[in-house]
Amino acid sequence: MRQFLVFVRKEFYHIFRDKRTLLILFGMPVILIVLFGFAITNEIHHVKIGVLDNARDVYSQQMIHKITSSGYFEVDQNLRTADEIESTFRKGDIKLVIVIPDHFGDKFYHEKKAPVQLLADASDPNTATTVINYATAIIGQYQQEMTGKITLPLTINTEVRMVYNPSLKGVFLFVPGVMTLILMLVSAMMTSITITREKELGTMEILLVSPLRPILIIAGKVVPYIALSFIIACIILVMGFFIFGMPIKGNLLLLLAECGLFGLTALSLGILISSITSSQQTAMMISMMGLLLPTILLSGFVFPIESMPRPLQIFSNIIPAKWFIIILKDVMLKGSGLRQIWLPTVILGGMTLFFLVLSVRNFKTRLS
Amino acid sequence: MKNYAIVTKELTKRFGDFIATNAITFEVEQGEIFGFLGANGAGKTTAMRMLCGLLKPSSGEAKVAGFDVYTQTEKVKQSIGYMSQKFSLYEDLTVKENIRFYGGIYGLSNQQIKDKTHALLQQLNMEKEAGHLVSSLPLGWKQKLSFSIAVIHDPSIVFLDEPTGGVDPITRRQFWDLIYEAADRGVTIFVTTHYMDEAEYCNRISIMVDGKIKALDTPKKLKEQFNADSMNDVFLQLARAKS
Repeated sequence: MRQFLVFVRKEFYHIFRDKRTLLILFGMPVILIVLFGFAITNEIHHVKIGVLDNARDVYSQQMIHKITSSGYFEVDQNLRTADEIESTFRKGDIKLVIVIPDHFGDKFYHEKKAPVQLLADASDPNTATTVINYATAIIGQYQQEMTGKITLPLTINTEVRMVYNPSLKGVFLFVPGVMTLILMLVSAMMTSITITREKELGTMEILLVSPLRPILIIAGKVVPYIALSFIIACIILVMGFFIFGMPIKGNLLLLLAECGLFGLTALSLGILISSITSSQQTAMMISMMGLLLPTILLSGFVFPIESMPRPLQIFSNIIPAKWFIIILKDVMLKGSGLRQIWLPTVILGGMTLFFLVLSVRNFKTRLS
Repeated sequence: MKNYAIVTKELTKRFGDFIATNAITFEVEQGEIFGFLGANGAGKTTAMRMLCGLLKPSSGEAKVAGFDVYTQTEKVKQSIGYMSQKFSLYEDLTVKENIRFYGGIYGLSNQQIKDKTHALLQQLNMEKEAGHLVSSLPLGWKQKLSFSIAVIHDPSIVFLDEPTGGVDPITRRQFWDLIYEAADRGVTIFVTTHYMDEAEYCNRISIMVDGKIKALDTPKKLKEQFNADSMNDVFLQLARAKS
């Protein structure tokens, strides 16, 4: 036990004396959270729009007012003719043009039909879709207000309620995502690098000649990272909670335990990587390509798994991050307990066990 | 019956078809400085690794400090010190921290480590540098420190794998003084080297060619046997005979 403590202390010296390691450990989570929280967002605010109002009556004015007062849009330009639309888009500022026909109010009340045209700049398809959806929804609301004054014979009213994330906040997706990414980065990449570094330096040989048991060497190398990744997970949770209002509806202890479990999964992957390579660079490349990319692309963090082609959907099942994101969302947003998330938990646990056994068996006791 | 530190019999290591160490048999006496010579790729490092418990032999027998290398690796490890050709201290730790770490993993108590640190720094005349990072030390100092740390747990045998590579002659001489001091305390020294002047410092040397031991005796007798003026000649005769 004393040998183990001596080892762990040495490991902390390494970590705290290497500025790059510290930067990755503590700078990265904060930067990622801030980036995803403020910069990379698919919510829309104050999108500039152009309006070609051919009617200029009370109703068209009311509708435009309704659209701008939502906070999502602001009228940047009032167009006079349809010819101006093209050149307005060209300038690039304006993402949406609303064309209102002449005699808008008359047409609506007397012909019972008033076509409004929405033109979106689809050079960025995601934004275009979002913008169109928001605009359509607002116009729909306005229509209801107008028809509220007269009674239609038959109507179907859809009542939409966004459960678990009523205001459709992007944070709710990216906090679990970033947490997964960081834990993967810290635990898997850093462990694989720190172990291969000892191999590269030749100190691993000395350690293996010493009476320290190999399992103790591995444990001594990874325990500090378990502790650190746990602290980092807490930092992310606290930042998510206080800065972005990410709720934690479920049991906090359960949440932390699951974080610990995923940390262990990532660590076992890190050990596995370090057991198949002996250079830091290779270890880093494998971690990047083999772990980080799938974690970002195939875990449902950035792209929804449901919209992937079938083979990728099946493939995503072997990505540990997918299961962890499911767990995080369920516990944080839905307040699920162990009874609801036992399946992903068992899968993660199984994966961890598998990787651990594989890597410990692979770890060369004898440097052959 | 002499007291042997290392005994091997027909010790062999194969990597697939390649035989790195081919049935080598030799004994090393307790307290002896045993030089283990050979060209690059002759199988020195492989043989040494088998004796340290880093590699499992393919066949043959070997006992180190009286313990079997197949079944008693843990006991072997406890009784040996090892210094590899790669520099083996942690550069981002201070001199003192390195001593404490290696003392710690060999299970020394805090008091023992404290005493050892003091004695060791005094011997190396490095008291002032105790708190410096190892990366700031000149290579020769690092090498001497490495050696002192390799024997910190008072092993009965210490294996040195080309310990003086890239070091100037004066430092090498000082390094050998350390080796002699250890040998005087009764520590068996098993050393590989490429420097023939160092070979002369050994009590006995063996020369490996292509996985086999081609010569084994005191430097003096080897020179007589091969009718050579220096160990360099002996070595060249043996190594050339092969090609």
